[in-house]
Amino acid sequence: MSFLRDVAHWFNDPANWKGPFGIPHRLFEHIQYSVVALVAAVIVAMPLAVWLGHRRQFGTVAVNVSNIGRAIPSFAILVLGTQQFGLLEYPIMGSFTTFIALVALAVPPLVTNSYVAVAEVPDDIRDAARGMGMTEGEVLRKVELPIAAPLLMAGVRTAATAVVATATIAAFVGAGGLGRFIIDGRAQFKNEVIFAGAVLVAALALLTELGLGAAQRWLTPRGLRAEVVAARAAAVVSSATPDGKVRL
Amino acid sequence: MIFAANVDRWLWWDWIDRNTDLIFTSLREHAILTVSAIGFGLLIAMPLGVAAARWRWLYPPSLAITGVLYTIPSLAAFALLLPVTGLTRTTALIPLTSYTLLILVRNVVEGLDGVPSEIKDAADGMGYGRFRRLIRIELPLALPTIMAGIRIATVTVIGLAAVAGLLAIPSLGNLIYIGQNRPIRTAITVGIALSVAMAVTADLLLALAQWLLSPWARSRDVR
Repeated sequence: MSFLRDVAHWFNDPANWKGPFGIPHRLFEHIQYSVVALVAAVIVAMPLAVWLGHRRQFGTVAVNVSNIGRAIPSFAILVLGTQQFGLLEYPIMGSFTTFIALVALAVPPLVTNSYVAVAEVPDDIRDAARGMGMTEGEVLRKVELPIAAPLLMAGVRTAATAVVATATIAAFVGAGGLGRFIIDGRAQFKNEVIFAGAVLVAALALLTELGLGAAQRWLTPRGLRAEVVAARAAAVVSSATPDGKVRL
Repeated sequence: MIFAANVDRWLWWDWIDRNTDLIFTSLREHAILTVSAIGFGLLIAMPLGVAAARWRWLYPPSLAITGVLYTIPSLAAFALLLPVTGLTRTTALIPLTSYTLLILVRNVVEGLDGVPSEIKDAADGMGYGRFRRLIRIELPLALPTIMAGIRIATVTVIGLAAVAGLLAIPSLGNLIYIGQNRPIRTAITVGIALSVAMAVTADLLLALAQWLLSPWARSRDVR
């Protein structure tokens, strides 16, 4: 029990709540790395994947890209980049190397889920929209995107959770973020600091997941709400079929 | 300063020669972690998945709980256990096992759901009891989906077991940790190359096992 008292003591120490090494600043760094990388990945990956899904082209590539990404340890790019280029600190994004690694991590789930989300819109619905005289752009904007919204958000959520988790490891190569408490605590053999850092990281990851889950429900057209849970399960399983085929 | 020049190289065979023991130990620990995590994961997920397929109300809470476990970042999960279990294999094994559960439970349920009801009816008509029907008919037919889950879980665990190395728990990630701290770039190269190689090899072997274990799925494209 004395260990938990040490942890509580650490959280209560006002010194840990201010300055560049304090919890608020580390939390800010963590969110900064994550948000900047996620936004960049969404801008790069989503429009292309949505368009390919609309055209239903290059499906095999779009689906398999996340299977390949799984085989590489998430922090490999981080370590390799830091060795080769250093951290390369820039304004807004923090460290360029961390940024690139996190974007590379976020792109595959975004591509796979966005592609599947749009490609799985039933043919009869698309045909009905065309029959009503909609242009291709209108079919995409007014019909496919609203129906695809839950799965699109599932992709963002998967990517965001992965990015928040891996931003922790950025501390290992010398960047900031909440991972610093784990890495520094480890270096100083202070178990209570390691534990406190881990609690903060886990809390942030769970809040991200919950927050984006709420956003996903909110963005879903009312008529489709009951299907969200099923759609989310389908998202992961579709990338999980043994032969990489989309389950349509 | 030949030595300094060598230290910075991405591939330095001398270092590999002199550290075969370390490399071999890391590789072995990584393999043990992966196999044990999948084994324990199956021990929990198979009964849970079978129960959730049978009693539907169990499925949403199972997904919710395993989903929360899956969301906790690996480095944080290892760090949470460090004060309790220390720098041991157990510290890595508990989170790694918990990460397999979401994938395995979902694929077990999906697989059992995918068994056509007329096949189950035929089994009932042939006098199969519920347990025998599950073992002899439903699980074999669900096998391709379950194996797909095992493949994803395995590749995921191999990637995450490397993260345990960052806390100096023996695994291929430990080579990367050593390489980053000394620094010896060759150790980083070896750590990453071996873990990618292990993931690809494991995936191919499991694909082969899946092919061998489901002969009925070979002739036609059945899912």
